[in-house]
Order: sequence, then C-alpha cells, then structure tokens
Amino acid sequence: MKTSDDELQSIVEKQEYKWGFVTDIESDRAPKGLNEEIVRFISAKKEEPEWLLEWRLKAYRHWLTLEEPKWPMLKYGPIDYQDAYYYAAPKEKLASMDEVDPELIETFNKLGIPLEEQKALAGVAVDAVFDSVSVATTFREKLHEDGVIFCPFSEAVKDHPDLVRKYLGSVVPYSDNFFAALNSAVFTDGSFCFIPKGVRCPMELSTYFRINEANTGQFERTLIVAEEGSHVSYLEGCTAPMRDENQLHAAVVELVALDDAEIKYSTIQNWYPGNKEGVGGIYNFVTKRGACRGRNSKISWTQVETGSAITWKYPSCILQGDNSVGEFYSVALTNNYQQADTGTKMIHIGKNTKSTIVSKGISAGRGQNSYRGLVQIMKGATNSRNFSQCDSMLIGNDCGAHTFPYIDVRNPSSQVEHEASTTKIGEDQIFYCHSRGIALEDAVNMIVNGFCKEVFRELPMEFAVEAQKLLAVSLEGSVG
Amino acid sequence: MLEIKELKARIGDKEILKGINLTIRAGEVHALMGPNGSGKSTLAQALAGREEYEVTGGEVTYEGKNLLDLAPEDRACEGIFLAFQYPVEIPGVSTLYFLKAAMNAMNKYHGRSALDAMDFLALAKKKMSDLNMDQSLLHRSVNEGFSGGEKKKNEIFQMAMLDPKLAILDETDSGLDIDALRIVADGVNRLRDPARAILVVTHYQRLLEYIVPDRVHVLSDGRIVKSGGKELALELEKRGYSWVKEQAGDTSPAVS
Repeated sequence: MKTSDDELQSIVEKQEYKWGFVTDIESDRAPKGLNEEIVRFISAKKEEPEWLLEWRLKAYRHWLTLEEPKWPMLKYGPIDYQDAYYYAAPKEKLASMDEVDPELIETFNKLGIPLEEQKALAGVAVDAVFDSVSVATTFREKLHEDGVIFCPFSEAVKDHPDLVRKYLGSVVPYSDNFFAALNSAVFTDGSFCFIPKGVRCPMELSTYFRINEANTGQFERTLIVAEEGSHVSYLEGCTAPMRDENQLHAAVVELVALDDAEIKYSTIQNWYPGNKEGVGGIYNFVTKRGACRGRNSKISWTQVETGSAITWKYPSCILQGDNSVGEFYSVALTNNYQQADTGTKMIHIGKNTKSTIVSKGISAGRGQNSYRGLVQIMKGATNSRNFSQCDSMLIGNDCGAHTFPYIDVRNPSSQVEHEASTTKIGEDQIFYCHSRGIALEDAVNMIVNGFCKEVFRELPMEFAVEAQKLLAVSLEGSVG
Repeated sequence: MLEIKELKARIGDKEILKGINLTIRAGEVHALMGPNGSGKSTLAQALAGREEYEVTGGEVTYEGKNLLDLAPEDRACEGIFLAFQYPVEIPGVSTLYFLKAAMNAMNKYHGRSALDAMDFLALAKKKMSDLNMDQSLLHRSVNEGFSGGEKKKNEIFQMAMLDPKLAILDETDSGLDIDALRIVADGVNRLRDPARAILVVTHYQRLLEYIVPDRVHVLSDGRIVKSGGKELALELEKRGYSWVKEQAGDTSPAVS
C-alpha cells in the first residue's frame, strides 16, 4: 500500500511546467493600480466609443460596491487589486501579419501555435492574445468568404459596433458578480465570433491566451453569436510563464445561440499552476455563460482544467428556447497545492429543455477539487430533463474531493437525475496493470485517461490527443 | 523453470505461507489444491509480486534469476502471467487498448519494436475465435460490467495473447458454469507446450478433469503437506481435505 502511494505521488511531482518561459519584449503598460483613470486609459488605448467607456465606468463603480465571493471552497491570501498592471501590450503597433514581431511569432511557435497560415493546423483558425492584446488572427479572409466574423474583440468594437453593443453584457451583465464586474471595467482583448444565419463555420475557431508580463492581470472578453441555424466549434487554450507571484486572470465569455444554432465551446486550460510547494501560479476567476435563446438551440461546454493555482469557474447554460439543449463536460485536475472549485449551472426555462452534466475531478498531491453545480428547472419548463454525473478520483492520501450539487425543481413534469462517485486509484488496478507488464506511470495514465474518456471524446479530435498528453504531464509525480 | 525454497510470507502480522517448497519444470502442469485459507492465493499473488504480501524468508528462482528481486511488472515481462481470481475493472480503457499497452511494455522491456496495429488486431481476433469468445469484448472497458464467466474468459484470452512462460491460474474455475469451464480449460490446454509451465490453483477437483495435471500438491496451513500424481486429486475429492490434514498431523479446524 505505502509504496504505491508514495510512488504515485512521485510520478505526479516529477514533471516541470513546459510552457513557463518568458518572452523578452518591450511593452507598453498602464500605470500600476486600478481607478477610474485606468479604466479611461484602457478605453482610450482601444480608441473606444463613448458608450463603451460609459459601460466600463458603470461596471467599475458597481465593482467598488462588491466583495469577493467567500463561498467557494478555496483558500488564498487577500488579492491586492492595486498592486497590478491592468494593461500591458507589446510596443509595436501592428498593421498586418507580416509586421508581427518575430519574437512573438517565435513565442507562439514554441507554444505549438504557428501563426503563419501555411504552417497552421489545417482547419483551425487562431486568434493569438498576448497579455492585453490580440497579436494575430489567422484565416480571417477565408472565414470572411462565408460571412463568418472572427477577430479581436477590440476590432469588433470598431468594425461591428452594432453587433457588439447588442450582445455585450446580454448574457453576463456587468453586475453579475465581483469578477465579471472587474472584467467589464478593465477587459482588454479577446475574441469576437459571429456566425451568420444558416452558416456552418468551415473551420474550428480558437483563441490562444498567453500571459507574459509580470504583475499584470489578464482580463479578456469573448463573445460568440450564432445566428439561426448556424454552427460553430470554438476552442481556447492558455499558458503563462512560471513566476513566484500569483497573477490574476478574470475572463468573461458570453455565448448566444439563436433558433436551431449550435455552439460547441472547448477549453484546455493550462495556466501556470504554481510550483510543488504551492508558490506562484495563476488565479483563474472566470465567468462563462451561454444563452440558448432560440428554439432547438444547443450549447455544449467541454473543459479540461489542468493548470492554475486556483480555478473558479462555472460555464453555464440558460435554456430559454423550447427544446434547447445544454451540455457540460469537465475534467478538472488538481495536483500539488492546486485548488479548483468548478462546475456548471443549467437553468431550464423553455419547454422540453435538456441538459447533461458530466464532471470528472481528479485530485492528487495536496490538491483540492470541488464540483459545484446548480440544476434549476423553472415553472414553465415542462417536460425538461437533466442528467448529472459527478465522479471524483483521488490519487494519494493528502488530496480532497468535494461535491456541492444544488437542485431546484419547480415543475412537476420534469426529471432530474444525479449520480456521483468517488474512487481512489486502486492498488488492485495498479497491481493488475503491473501483472501485465505495465509500469506504474503508464498504468496511472491509462487509468486516469480511462476515467476521463467520456469528456475527452467530446473534444475536437486534434485536441483530444493534446488533452490526454497534458493530463499525463500534469499528473507526473502524483502517483505514490 | 521455477524453484521455490522455504518461502514464507505474511499479510500485516499474519503469517500465511510457512515454508513452501515447490519445483516446476518447463512443460509441466502442476495443480495446487487446498482448503480455503490455506494460502493458495497468497502463493499465486506473491509469485506475481503483490506488495501487500511481504516475503519474510526463503527464496524463489525463476529461469535462473532471483524472482524476489524483480518488480511485479518486470516479472510479467520475464514471462510470468497471473490469471486473477477476481479480475479488476478499469473503466474507460478498452480491453484491446489495455492489451496493446501490455504487449508494447513487454516489447520495450526486451528491446523489440512495437507491434503493428493491424497485426495486433488480427492476432487478437484470432485468439478470440480460438477461444470461442465474443469479439465485442475487445472494445468493452477492461472487465467493466462483465459477468463472472466473461471476466475469467478475458483472463484466459489475455494469457493467450501475452504467451507467458509460466502461467499461474488463481481459482480460475470459481464461479464458472460448465460451459464457461470448458472454454477456460480448453484455452489452458491449448497453451500446454514443452516450453511452458502452468500452475493451476484450485479448490475443487472439477477443473482437473479438464486440465489434467502432471503433479498435484495439497496446501494446508501455509505448507505443502502432500504431493502426488493426478490421482491425488481424485482421492482428495473422495476423502476431503480433513484426510490430508490428519495425515499431516494438523489438528486445527479447517477454515471455511
């Protein structure tokens, strides 16, 4: 027993974070701290219209009245919001891809995200966000042919102001919560996607977020609108350098699906998790929500959360349109001193709405992993159904798994099912693998990947393989 | 092939094996019988390297090597296979994937190149049909939701695929109906080979009607108290384990 637990632990600990390098590039920063001047500074940098500045300022003033949520199962010291930079951008202003700083292109190459279209993964368009700005977006022309808009958020504000104004804050109002209000005040960039009526987006869209500067926060904003009968699959990835200070990442993602539209949103979150002793790492406080506004619309969230010192996120679906469908598939892994409080909300409003929740939490080292989810069936949501499955796996003796399911049903014709399990990666399973010649590390990877299979198969194929590798890397040293 | 001398092992504070002596040569099939609690499964698992079973004395030589020095996965790579009494479930991992990982681990251990995926699949399908087993099992998660019989058959299938030098079957007959027992026995008999040794651990003589052993050993209270030819199994069936115990001078009541 003992040997195996220690050995398990050692597998998870061995691996270094491979994405932890720093790019040496001159950057343009806002003065440190947060006040109305900073909000105006950011808005001016982005050359924003007056209405957006007003919206930011309202958000900022509202934020001042709020307090950080204390209900999550997360322990961390106080965050000094004045001790950070809220805007940092590589100095060179870019007019086209040819002018992108080679240093930046090299950075993204190192991260496995080539920005030159000819080298890019076929069928995937990428928006690359570096600290506070988008540095490149590939395949825009090609997408444009189909009427798909995929561009940095700040450009969308300039080029498609009506669309932005119509949908910004319509799913996550600035007053939604502490971190959403903060984001609304100081968000810098992110991606904007618009899929017009009847169009099936011909490529995977993806955004790669990279934090580089020290002492900066990243506050991106993503807005995806799928018009009637359209379809889009979007993926985001994220990494950051290894630093001893904690850095804040507070994003907001809004999705809108109209009649018969479908949005598939996948996340592979690999922010720097901090070191083995729990020093450093990203504080990841993210609000993600999708509105199934139209009939027969569908929003599906898939997330693989392996990074960050702290993860606080609940990608949710508001199932407003009749027959709309919401899905949430999640793998969250906490190792060493990582903590995650993550889950989803499925709000059933329309008739015959359906939701599925599959959550797989893996805790290793001293990691703490909580699933927190709300399934709410409103009065008018006749014949609605939810199925939830929350499984936790423990590796070693010092980690924890917690489940907080909230179920609120106000309609008698609806059905809600909840299944939960907690397993410890078993001696029996490991010995069984050993007896077939499979060494400890491979055995653990195999068992954990098997545990996550239902979620991985929801990912676009190219990324499913990446996710499996990432999980293996994040686990190394955890088995003992 | 295998030489066990005065092997002693315990679980926690409890001494289970109290000095086992047993020699098995290539080409032989040995049956190890004994009442519940006599130490049969402990011996099988200790040979495969289960860490909960702490070896406290004696030695085990396998193919000229000190077996007790080898990690469990290395023992498997050296050709020892244990068919489990209670095969373990691995949700989400298909039997095919599992076996491929096993075979690749063994290939790597011996410095051989990895198996071609198509060759592997063809081999797996052939072994399945040899054993008269349903091929859908290949794509199901390892042992998950399998019936007792399917689990045992899966062990025999894995054994056929991994082609061990020394196969240890730990109560593979328990919980099998007569048809499944025939399939399992048939699978074992197919593997009889002058280069291979097989140790069948069983509680009942029934299995030995199908797998006829060269030698039969009776284990009682952590020691082999009687050894003989295949007729010993029949005699045991007639007289019961108490007969052997009396002969061995063990007066403690049988553990059930």
